[in-house]
Amino acid sequence: MSLELEFADGRDVFATEDMVLNMGPQHPSTHGVLRFIIRADGEVMRSAKADVGYLHRSIEKIAEKVGWHGFMPYTDRVDYVAAMTTNQAWAMAAEVLGGVTVPRRGEYCRVIAAELGRICSHLLAAGAMGMDIGAITPFTHAVRERELINDLLEELCGARLTFNYMRIGGVAWDLPPGFGAKVLRFLDHFEPYVDELDDLLSGNKIYIERLANVAVVSRERAIAYNLVGPNLRASGVKYDIRKHLPYSVYPEFDFEVPIGEGRHGSVGDCWDRYIVRLHEMRQSARILRQAIDGLPEGPVIAKVPRNYKPAAGEVHVHVETPRGDQSWYVVADGTEYPYRVHIRTGSFAAMAMIEELSRGLMIADLVALIASFDIVAPEVDR
Amino acid sequence: MRAYLDAIAAGYPTVSPALVYLIGMLAFGALVVFVFILPVAGITSWVERRVWARIQSRIGPNRVGPGGFLQWLADGLKNLLKEDVIPAAVDVPLFRIAPYVVVAGFVAAFVALPFAGSLIIADLNIGILYISAITSLVVIGILMAGWSSNNKWSMLGGIRSATQIICYEIPVGLSIFPVVLLSGTLSMQGIISAQGWAPTSWHMFHSPFLFVSFLLFFVGALAEGNRTPFDLPEADSELVAGFATEYSGMRSLLFFLAEWGNLYVIGVLVSTLFMGGWQVPHFTDNGVVLAVAQFATMFVKAYFWVFVAMWVRATLPRVRVDQFMTLCWKYMVPIGLVNVVGTATMMVVLPQGSIVLRWIMVAMTAAILVQFARRVFFHLRRANYGRLGRISEGAA
Repeated sequence: MSLELEFADGRDVFATEDMVLNMGPQHPSTHGVLRFIIRADGEVMRSAKADVGYLHRSIEKIAEKVGWHGFMPYTDRVDYVAAMTTNQAWAMAAEVLGGVTVPRRGEYCRVIAAELGRICSHLLAAGAMGMDIGAITPFTHAVRERELINDLLEELCGARLTFNYMRIGGVAWDLPPGFGAKVLRFLDHFEPYVDELDDLLSGNKIYIERLANVAVVSRERAIAYNLVGPNLRASGVKYDIRKHLPYSVYPEFDFEVPIGEGRHGSVGDCWDRYIVRLHEMRQSARILRQAIDGLPEGPVIAKVPRNYKPAAGEVHVHVETPRGDQSWYVVADGTEYPYRVHIRTGSFAAMAMIEELSRGLMIADLVALIASFDIVAPEVDR
Repeated sequence: MRAYLDAIAAGYPTVSPALVYLIGMLAFGALVVFVFILPVAGITSWVERRVWARIQSRIGPNRVGPGGFLQWLADGLKNLLKEDVIPAAVDVPLFRIAPYVVVAGFVAAFVALPFAGSLIIADLNIGILYISAITSLVVIGILMAGWSSNNKWSMLGGIRSATQIICYEIPVGLSIFPVVLLSGTLSMQGIISAQGWAPTSWHMFHSPFLFVSFLLFFVGALAEGNRTPFDLPEADSELVAGFATEYSGMRSLLFFLAEWGNLYVIGVLVSTLFMGGWQVPHFTDNGVVLAVAQFATMFVKAYFWVFVAMWVRATLPRVRVDQFMTLCWKYMVPIGLVNVVGTATMMVVLPQGSIVLRWIMVAMTAAILVQFARRVFFHLRRANYGRLGRISEGAA
């Protein structure tokens, strides 16, 4: 008796098919509205293809219609997890085009606000990392600390998420009385908290097992895919816009650029991307202390005409947001509206890399990978 | 139980004894389910949410009743009143029956669970075997739910659950063997009677092998109960809600009822097998008082492990599927086998056990607990939250 190894139509009896899974647009771990088309053989992925565009709000096009001042609130929505830095990028682009000089106190206010926002964003990233791995407690603790920053920023500009704090030529409001002391008091509390979060998460055996050696991005691939910010630095590339293309008053501050060291695996794995963010929070706290100490007196905003019309020209500004180098390419044609705005964001580059990294990973690893890249959906699509 | 029913049957000679037995057993079953199991499972859900909230520095449910105590009733009522949504493309009969199979599997375990020396529904002579078999029924329900939902995430969850329960049945079984060897019986009451009320007479401290068995059993039981760090079937960040994705309303709640109820089953099993169950010092001859004391002892011991499971869930991340298999086959099964052989050898070398060894084990465990408590308090002292409050409101 012969074994029938084929169906009547000639298909192999033992042939298996890959399963196509749709992860998103509504899925709890996609941090917004992302979609991945996963081809999986059981739990192991053949590929996860990112499908972007679900959160496209044509912010760049809106800029061409609302004018230079009017676009500021829209920049909050580019990356609503860290709105201060996007505010700053737009203000900087407009200032360079119009030749406006920001008063020193204004720059200090910007740095204080931006670094608070960076801590905010990294707290959320570290917490969400834990949550996507299955540990819920770090997230609630991180959000608890983030709430304190939100209180501070609310006092600063009246908003807790979409700040709309910066203006072309400076910032909208000076620091409220006693703000510096409050920030210092927060930092006294926060710096031990980072160690606590470190204790809670970083050393956890399961956490390390889940993240170490998962989705390793080598130095070369990271540069080839144009990863930026903490994702790039985790791969061992020491590149921080604040240090290497200095803007604002960052050259006046003493801080370090942490890079991934591969403590539990290879350099550039998920664990490195997580720990780099943790270290960056400590560095942000250092910058904040220096900024509060050296806060100069004076105006916070330069005289800028209400009908702002920079001369025709183009500019490309880089800002180090929590998700890396966000570069804005702005073209002015001498009218009261920008001619063209293009925003290049870190999350978008990271999204592009996921397909390559996902081959051979398990579905659970994809969740860790997305979280470790700290992808924020609105920043991908704008 | 049987004696009561015999007495009732004798009082009604016209009714056939079989019918009396049937009605009696059904009534008693309903009593146990509605008076004990459902409230315990429900209250466990409230306790779990409060414990989590405390660990996560939140408040948790605190609106319904004192301290939110009646939240479980409110949730149950709400879910009962919700529409029973059955998605269009599901396998309707399987989809409908799956939650009941899950609940039946866990409720049936209570048949052989001891509550006190005289309180047990049926002291089966194969008690522990019966429980480990019947709780595996849960996986059939979960697999049914996963398959019939016609959703790939559900199916992945269902298959993960099946893998999980089948694999972890083996280390759990292996960690029960040493206890059975020691007690010489499979009956739950027999296993408890083989131990005493004092920690030195618990199976857990009989020898290092038994202590390791106890750890194996607890880990394996967590895995079988789909609890973190082994909550892969319903991994909310990976599989949406796993096998329960397509369920809503009461059907969805039934799965969670089984999960919370299973926690209590795990607690009872751990305390029965390793911690002397309901054993209390014989301080009174009053049977009722003794039974109440035994019941309370059992409940506190069982609930301690329920609490530990909650604590673990709020603390640990989730393992990955391959790591989970590695843990089972490469570590737990070999260790379990060593335990069986080691216990058997111990029983040949020291047939009566060694009281010195028992005391050493107890002392070591106490030392570990003290050290653990010191670390916890160290971290509590170091955690500086609470001194700060809302920064922007306080004076600078």
